[in-house]
Amino acid sequence: MGVGIEVKGLNAWYGKHLALKDIDMSIQANHVTAVIGPSGCGKSTFVRCLNRMHETIPEARADGDVKIGEIEVYGDGTDPVEVRRKIGMVFQKPNPFPTMSIYDNVAAGLRLNGLRNRKQMNELVERSLKLSALWEEVKDTLHKKSGASLSGGQQQRLCIARALAVEPDVLLMDEPASALDPISTSKIEELIFQLKQHYTVVIVTHNMQQAARVAEFTGFFLMGSLIEYDKTEKIFTTPADKRTEDYITGRFG
Amino acid sequence: MNYAATGFAVAAAILVLAPLLAIFVYLVIKGAGSINLTFLTQTPKPPGELGGGMANAMVGTGLILAMASVRGIPLGIGCGIYLAEYGHNRFGDLVRFTADVLNGVPSIVIGIAVYGLIVLKQKHFSAFSGGVALGIMMVPTIARATEEMLLMVPNVIREAALGLGIPKWRATLSITLRTASAGVITGCMLAFARVAGETAPLLFTAFGNQFWNLNPNQPTAALSLQVFAYAISPYDDWHRQAWAGALILIVMIVAAVAAVRIVTSRGMLKGAS
Repeated sequence: MGVGIEVKGLNAWYGKHLALKDIDMSIQANHVTAVIGPSGCGKSTFVRCLNRMHETIPEARADGDVKIGEIEVYGDGTDPVEVRRKIGMVFQKPNPFPTMSIYDNVAAGLRLNGLRNRKQMNELVERSLKLSALWEEVKDTLHKKSGASLSGGQQQRLCIARALAVEPDVLLMDEPASALDPISTSKIEELIFQLKQHYTVVIVTHNMQQAARVAEFTGFFLMGSLIEYDKTEKIFTTPADKRTEDYITGRFG
Repeated sequence: MNYAATGFAVAAAILVLAPLLAIFVYLVIKGAGSINLTFLTQTPKPPGELGGGMANAMVGTGLILAMASVRGIPLGIGCGIYLAEYGHNRFGDLVRFTADVLNGVPSIVIGIAVYGLIVLKQKHFSAFSGGVALGIMMVPTIARATEEMLLMVPNVIREAALGLGIPKWRATLSITLRTASAGVITGCMLAFARVAGETAPLLFTAFGNQFWNLNPNQPTAALSLQVFAYAISPYDDWHRQAWAGALILIVMIVAAVAAVRIVTSRGMLKGAS
């Protein structure tokens, strides 16, 4: 089941540059929350701070109060590896492991975290591929084909299955459909809609229609600050802030 | 213009291939006639006597190369991993520079260094010291090749692995290195093939031996040493055997490289890149 996310006073830096300024945000469990804003506004940085991927970039750091379920993400004794195990991530460009079969791609997270039970692994792989709506297309070639041999849209669904296989509580998606064609995009969106039954989903998107279609809540970022955060409907019909209105009506960004 | 450029590339490829082919054909002409069961199964005869073979030298070469690979390959790959994944600092630059210099050090100098460091201390020649000398020569080639190949792995692959909650060391070994494995193996094979024919570093280390020896702490025969000794001898029979030995050495190298290629390509998948 998904868990809620509480963010208080989150700051993030690239070297000396402050990329996220004092973000407060409360994300609801088992809902889809979209993060929108123009390029460079800090929306990707924000989701990367939630699972401590931000700090894997040289000279990048972040601090603040982030609570995901029971985990204090930036707590003193918190191991970032443990955090990432609980929080799945899907990236902008599909990035399957090219030398691994479809099965091995999905099983990678389980195997490298020490799962040895074959039967359990088979079940988790099948369940994850079904959840990501890829099972029917690949079930006959699981071991024969490389993850890289699939089409772009299939690769992205494979990456979603890979993230789901380790049974996270939260799924972060950083512009998951921006490199895909419209048909693949609509498949991914449909999938996101299904996934919220089991997970809390946070999706970064450039595409405002997409945010409107898939998300119940939307946060608008501008220059490292969270300008407005509300029900998606409210953001797109009667935004409280002038800057939000300018952005969604296409006056900038 | 297109034809000219293609023609030039084809001509260059042929020119590269020609000497290799010529050497091989020449070796076959000169050496194949002297390869027979005696040559493949017996040890050398004393000077002046006809017959005898290089069986002990073939086994010795195998032994020395195995010991060199056991040291050189893990060390070289480890060093390459450090350079690619952690070495973006002054220490990394120093290691890179040292590796490039070591790559250019004449092999005989490495032989003398190992002679001073190991042979003089132990007071005897050995296959062990020969393996160390060749192993040292393998390290810089493998390290730099591994680094280059790892740097070609897109960063999104590393992020995907870390995002799954896999610890960095595990992600590096099981995902990044695995993704680069084809190139890393090529680097190892290049290094292996390069040292397999080395003679100079073995002169002061493995030394050579006229008899069977499987003890890594004893002087050991090697094909390259045997070919060298026979080629400068005054006997016709030994000259013929030197050609045969050189041919066997090349065949052994080709066979080893081909075997590794076949074994490692077995797990390849459809559409894998």
